[in-house]
Amino acid sequence: MLIPHPSLGPRDAEEFTYLGDSRLLDRPDPNAPDAESAFCDYVFLRDNPAGVHRELWFHEQGDRSWLVVTRDTVTHQVLGAEMARDVALARKGSGA
Amino acid sequence: MKFSGFRVFAEALKGHTGWRPLWRNPDPKPSYDYVIVGGGGHGLATAYYLATKFGLSRVAVLEKGWLGSGNVGRNTTIIRSNYLLAGNEPFYEFSMKLWEGLEQEFNFNAMVSQRGIINLFHTDAQRDVFRRRGNAMMLAGAGARLLGRADLRAMVPFLNYDNARFPIKGGLMQQRAGTARHDGVAWGYARGADNHGVDLIQNCEVTGFRVDRGKVRGVETSRGYIAADKVGVAVAGSSGRVMAMAGMRLPIESHVLQAFVTEGLKPTIPGVITFGAGHFYISQSDKGGLVFGGDIDGYNSYAQRGNLPVVEDVAEAGMALMPMLGRARLLRMWGGVVDMSMDGSPIIDRTHIEDLYFNGGWCYGGFKATPASGYAFAHLLATGAPHETARAYRFDRFARGHVIDERGAGAQPNLH
Repeated sequence: MLIPHPSLGPRDAEEFTYLGDSRLLDRPDPNAPDAESAFCDYVFLRDNPAGVHRELWFHEQGDRSWLVVTRDTVTHQVLGAEMARDVALARKGSGA
Repeated sequence: MKFSGFRVFAEALKGHTGWRPLWRNPDPKPSYDYVIVGGGGHGLATAYYLATKFGLSRVAVLEKGWLGSGNVGRNTTIIRSNYLLAGNEPFYEFSMKLWEGLEQEFNFNAMVSQRGIINLFHTDAQRDVFRRRGNAMMLAGAGARLLGRADLRAMVPFLNYDNARFPIKGGLMQQRAGTARHDGVAWGYARGADNHGVDLIQNCEVTGFRVDRGKVRGVETSRGYIAADKVGVAVAGSSGRVMAMAGMRLPIESHVLQAFVTEGLKPTIPGVITFGAGHFYISQSDKGGLVFGGDIDGYNSYAQRGNLPVVEDVAEAGMALMPMLGRARLLRMWGGVVDMSMDGSPIIDRTHIEDLYFNGGWCYGGFKATPASGYAFAHLLATGAPHETARAYRFDRFARGHVIDERGAGAQPNLH
């Protein structure tokens, strides 16, 4: 699999380590009244879709950036990649 | 139709004209007491034990493809009970005991061969860890033996004992472990269940659950609606997809695990051998092929095929362990989709929907568990209470902090 790194171009997936669903960017509010159950869901539960999946890859053997890669889990086709930082900031900016 | 030596002899005289299909191929009835979703090893074993141990009739198994078309036909056939933790070891030892009596019980040759497993260790610290695991195994009655280099050299002289980075210091052996013919296990359970009146319905995909006031009433399928008092789901690999139809998110990711087999060779490897400095395990099938595998690819996948980096990794580990492997030609490699759970251990439990039960999360170790998984799931379905060896396999263990994490890797499925 080749991952189209936004600043380095196509890079071999072997250079990356995999974390999982990009929903892990949405860390729950630790001060919320339901923080305990929200963190339990956050840590342990996954959507695990068959099809398009947005997921976090770390360019460990490269520029050590985190990417959000969009990939099809049925075909292994990589559909795109963004800097995780940009994704997280965009979510923060939109108040989501 | 009972199999026996006499029967084979008699059929030989009649030109083998008397053999019949091992099971019927019925159409689904409008309703059943118990519907098992998934006609793999675990689903078929569940139906078999529901019918034989719990005396239940009106049981159906629904299978999307053909019986045994998933992971039960794709694994590396190893059976063992060499676990450490209290939540796991009694369960897998229960499974091992069922394996030992399985063929006589269901009158089918599953080629259970207790040729032993050796887990190699390469450092003094690893020896301590393995010794501790061996003690846990002996406490559970599984038996274990710590082997030194001299013992190993006598048994498996072909290993690379003096690898500069990973010298072999010894191994932990479970003599009762071994291999079984994976398809034979599925066929034996299918035939046994069918003989006891279970309807095995193939090419019948479950497309939804009908739930009314918090209780499951039946399943929608590609062959129409089927009403059921109780529904058990045993579809490891596709657990996330199926349980999403019941509105559940699971502590599971689906990953692809690859396996490999070489050309047939003369008897070379006496049992199962695992490499302690990497993830690699190898055995020899009765047909002579060396069967081996290693790590999962490590990213979510529903494709029944993996990628080349892991092939290279497995080959490197194999060459480090036993250099003669390089002379064997690889015949086939394939992939299977496995449920990687958040602590590396399975789930056999009820769900938030009344009378809907779940069995999954077997990671890449489901085959050895087939008999106990079926038995424990049947126990849960029939009695409403978990089997005594499967009490720890609950959904709520994550919320309660009672994870069963053999690897100690935390909630990171691709590390288990």
